Amino acid sequence: MSDLTLTQRFHAFANPARFMALSHRLVWPLGLITAALIGSGLYFALLDSPVDYQQGETVRIMYVHVPSAWLGLMGYMVMAGASLVALVFRHPLADVCAKSAAPIGAAFCFLALVTGSLWGRPMWGTWWVWDARLTSMLILLFLYLGYIALWATIEEPVRAARAAAVLALVGSINVPIVHYSVVWWNTLHQPASVFRVGGPEVAGSMLLPLALMALGFTFFFATLLIVRMRAEVLRRRVRALRLAGMEA
Amino acid sequence: MEHYFAMGGYADFIWPAYAIVAIVMIGLVVFTRIDLVRQRALLDALEGSLANKDGSRKRAPARPSGSELQPSEREQ
Repeated sequence: MSDLTLTQRFHAFANPARFMALSHRLVWPLGLITAALIGSGLYFALLDSPVDYQQGETVRIMYVHVPSAWLGLMGYMVMAGASLVALVFRHPLADVCAKSAAPIGAAFCFLALVTGSLWGRPMWGTWWVWDARLTSMLILLFLYLGYIALWATIEEPVRAARAAAVLALVGSINVPIVHYSVVWWNTLHQPASVFRVGGPEVAGSMLLPLALMALGFTFFFATLLIVRMRAEVLRRRVRALRLAGMEA
Repeated sequence: MEHYFAMGGYADFIWPAYAIVAIVMIGLVVFTRIDLVRQRALLDALEGSLANKDGSRKRAPARPSGSELQPSEREQ
């Protein structure tokens, strides 16, 4: 191992066969941790947490809305980060990772919008406003959909990966816009209350279910990403074998 | 119990929010699982037919050269 350069070591982990062997062992343990976290999170979120003095019971929507929104953003960061690695280092699994992350991120982005809307109707009196946070989140969803559509339109994986990676990187400008929208503009959406200078503003009794759900959703994302990557590696082997079969 | 499900009068918003999250997350798991099983079946079938074409018991290479997944092989 010692005579390998750093790049070679880096690529050793990128070997799809090694990835398939390692990921196979990871899926079930990760799935069980996910189930335990979301299960206990749901218990506190729906049964053992207080009502908010202003929002009443609707505060319970926050326990699925906030983790969904975080994952919607994190999914994009995973996608853009993997796209960068794919473009710069030609890491063989990077574009598999980026492609696999997109539908999960898009789903959570959609869930953040829908659950936010279901909270907004009773609390703000409207399903939707063209507020900076909501609008930038909607743009994030469209970026995800554009990325997924681009993969679907270009049949050759190497070319599709390159085009999609460029789109993901250009679109990553929207990530800080979503995050800072509540600071830069006067939004109806409230500012950050967990990851903020000076620590969380949320009461402990509400922070516990939120943290459990956020961790659970993150593990869900990781588990699903690995399974999707496994399916994608198999899909490419199928494609390669079919091409080889046609040539023979 | 009824009191609990009423959610302080906000049942119409809280339960649909949890329901859509559950539907989408379970849907993701189901579709991903179906895709994985399908790709594995396709691969097994292809490897089987290629092995038969060779007329030998030799298994078809799982990672044929020319696949875009193995640019690192040359360096080893």
